[in-house]
Amino acid sequence: MSDILRGTWVVSYRELLRFLTERSRLFSSIFMPLVFFAIFGAGFNNIIGNLSPGIDFIKFVYPGIIAQSVLQSSIFSGISIVWDREFGFLKEILVAPLGRSGIVLGKVLGSAAIALMQAIIMLILAPFIKISLTPLMIAQLIPVLILISISLSGLGVLIASRMRSQQGFQVVIQIIIFPMMFLSGIFFPVNNVPTWMEVISKVNPVTYGVDAIRQIFLGSSISVAGPTGNPIGVTVFGHTMTMGQDLLIVAMIGAILLSLAIWAFSRQE
Amino acid sequence: MNIIEVKELSRKFGKLTAVDKVSFQVAEGEIFGFLGPNGAGKTTTINMLCTLLNPTSGSATINGFDIVKQRAEVRCSIGLVFQEPTLDEYLSAEQNLRFHAYAYGIPANIREKRITELLELVELAERRKSKVRTFSGGMKRRLEIARGLLHSPKVLFMDEPTLGLDPQTRRHIWDYINTLRRQNRLTIFLTTHYMDEAENCDRISIIDHGHIIALDTPDRLKDAMGGDVVTLKAANNQAAAEELKTKFGLSPVLQNGNITFSIPQGEKFLPKLMENFQTQLVSIGIRRPTLDDVFLKLTGRAIRDSEAGEREMMKSFMMRRGGH
Repeated sequence: MSDILRGTWVVSYRELLRFLTERSRLFSSIFMPLVFFAIFGAGFNNIIGNLSPGIDFIKFVYPGIIAQSVLQSSIFSGISIVWDREFGFLKEILVAPLGRSGIVLGKVLGSAAIALMQAIIMLILAPFIKISLTPLMIAQLIPVLILISISLSGLGVLIASRMRSQQGFQVVIQIIIFPMMFLSGIFFPVNNVPTWMEVISKVNPVTYGVDAIRQIFLGSSISVAGPTGNPIGVTVFGHTMTMGQDLLIVAMIGAILLSLAIWAFSRQE
Repeated sequence: MNIIEVKELSRKFGKLTAVDKVSFQVAEGEIFGFLGPNGAGKTTTINMLCTLLNPTSGSATINGFDIVKQRAEVRCSIGLVFQEPTLDEYLSAEQNLRFHAYAYGIPANIREKRITELLELVELAERRKSKVRTFSGGMKRRLEIARGLLHSPKVLFMDEPTLGLDPQTRRHIWDYINTLRRQNRLTIFLTTHYMDEAENCDRISIIDHGHIIALDTPDRLKDAMGGDVVTLKAANNQAAAEELKTKFGLSPVLQNGNITFSIPQGEKFLPKLMENFQTQLVSIGIRRPTLDDVFLKLTGRAIRDSEAGEREMMKSFMMRRGGH
């Protein structure tokens, strides 16, 4: 048991140390969400009217960009395993007296902490776009972001545990991660789209994470029908998801992904 | 007490048997060398002993702990220096060592002292705050040795510790190895395909195609060759070899356009040979046997010759498995 705990703390310690010492990564992780936000926000805000009473595109996309930065840093925890394998450092971790499940948990918790830092930086923007932050919102946001990040990092580690090269991981990102990002309600509501897109979006766990974050920022207004007749919140079989239901789905899928990740990572030799 | 006990250890990769029923013991404080061409099974054996790879059959203990059933205890008893670098290049020397100290649960009150001591031993104390990616190959290897020793292991495994390093750095690393052994009764298990390096070992096990084909002290292995090594070149090597066989009862080996054979008291044999030899000789030389000769005699080929072929074989095999 102690070797699992030690594994968790040592690996998450290194994740954070690496994140803070690598300036380029630190910079890009802050800069990328800002770029996404500036481009999509400024580009679409004037051509798209209010999506829902009182909610313009900028207000709509802002929680989505926070979710997107969580997705990005969670998947990065997977890439870092592939990197460590290629550059040899993974061997140093694997021969140390650390439990394999502890190593996975360390990666996941480390990336959750990084995701949280990124999201908090994004919160600085809130006053500029007339979203008023309350202490309650921040108190809700922190555990929600941690939960989403743990679930998605589970996916990152699961993919990485059998992956030998970065090229392979790039392919996976293109065929799995990009669709997960674009078909998740980050950039547009998933209720007014063609059926095939709606089906993919609604089996995508990211969709529910995005919806939960959006509910924290926008409150009940997201279940109000907009000009299209549909609310911007996620509806499943006509039922608009509550935040609790969103989080339950994220937690369940996360538990499955994390268990699979621990299993796959422990099996490797 | 034997610090390493290996009994009939085997490992198969699909149809290929990389290590085949290998057995040996290593005493505490010994420098024990695994000598053989690339692909002979050296690294596979090390990977099994350091719990990175499960054996297909057989068993082994290190410091009394079973390598399959008591992994955590084995891992605490051993330090490792791998063939390829395993440092985090984006962290400093000190941060790499500190990570290792945390991972092995080294108590906080001795941690910084050990780190400083070991950085001084490998002469990297002045660069402790530099990022590892700015280090040369030799410096990285020295840092890995320091890291491998940080948790005071009983056995230090070194897989080709001086591969790709210049002769000066190689000598340097050997100085550390000898110091460590004297100071801490550390047992050192290393693999190499450098003959001169193998000479530094107390005992050597020569491994080829997954089998141990000889195991003894370097001196006794060379003595078993039966005297001096004569290398000669004739106008017609085939005829010369035939003549050596029939006339002198020798067992010559043809290799790289030369004929080699061993003979006790070679300096007395040469005049006799010159007098009676029919085939025209081009050149002739005599020397004390090396471990390369031992390998040549046991396998019929030189270590360096067998390398390229085996490496190719392993490579295509690895590619079929999809990576290493």
